[in-house]
Amino acid sequence: MSSDWPLWEVFVRSKGGLAHRHVGSVHAPDAELALAHARDTYTRRMEGVSLWVVPSAEIVASDPDQAGELFEPAESKIYRHPTFYDIPDEVKHI
Amino acid sequence: MASAAQVGAPDSVRAEYLLRLGDDALVLGQRLGEWCGHGPVLEVDISLANLALDLIGQSTLLLGEAGDADKLAFHRDVLDFRNCLLVEQPNGDFAQTIARHLLYTTWHHMLLQLLTQSSDRFLGEFAHKAVKEVAYHRDLASEWTIRLGDGTEESRRRMADGVDWCWRFIPELFEVDKALQAAIDCGIAPDPRDFEAGYRSAIARVFSEAHLEQPAEQRPILGGRSGHHSEHLGHLLAVMQFLPRTYPDATW
Repeated sequence: MSSDWPLWEVFVRSKGGLAHRHVGSVHAPDAELALAHARDTYTRRMEGVSLWVVPSAEIVASDPDQAGELFEPAESKIYRHPTFYDIPDEVKHI
Repeated sequence: MASAAQVGAPDSVRAEYLLRLGDDALVLGQRLGEWCGHGPVLEVDISLANLALDLIGQSTLLLGEAGDADKLAFHRDVLDFRNCLLVEQPNGDFAQTIARHLLYTTWHHMLLQLLTQSSDRFLGEFAHKAVKEVAYHRDLASEWTIRLGDGTEESRRRMADGVDWCWRFIPELFEVDKALQAAIDCGIAPDPRDFEAGYRSAIARVFSEAHLEQPAEQRPILGGRSGHHSEHLGHLLAVMQFLPRTYPDATW
């Protein structure tokens, strides 16, 4: 039965102000029950204050075969990291 | 029992009421727990286990207030249980479990809403906590009733059969016997007759969305509140009580 059901990706916001984070997926016949299954599966231990579910089929993913052209060029450009600056001691939380 | 003294409810009246609520939660929780590992799909298995755990938690509070929760749960005989007959009915298939849950939790939720106003402090605070859990139970049971009733020909037939099995146990939920009347008179318990019409129309709304017919009225079956149970409860207790009764000194 669950193999007939579409897959949904689950995102949980752990507390107000933080972004929703991907935590896993559930099978469900429709959006409302996907939320119920997400609630029952992923927020049993007070993990969250808000839930998103998204049909997995709606996620557009990059092609692993293209990883070379997509991501490798960034490896040689360490100057894009802001690590060449001296940060004054008074500046916190960076 | 400080809160009983506070409102002047005799201990026996209060204890009896605690047992009724506590046994409902215990027996329904045990029933739902029987699904663990047998749910139709993994997600539903977890849902049912969550519902069961909510109810076991509620019964622990209620029976703990009535006395020693473990003794009451595991060392009491079937004739001393005070739950309604609906909650002890067998799981049947998933649709029958959902039918039982819808019919019980719709009632349970309405009761808890009124119980938040109880003159008994423990019961009022208990209801505040439990009413949120049970609101989810009612919503989930309604959603499944609608999907099964409005699903395939087979799911619809199974849902209708499940409702048909449980229907005759509804009148007991609204029965006011002497013991309940005493609890109502002390202000610790709501009168279920106050929300019977609201209950009937809430169920009718779910059925209409599920395209389910209401079953014809059947001869009501009463007696759970005074210990006259169906054979099903004995089997449930045999499984639930076997270990603590065989090994009374067993600990974790």
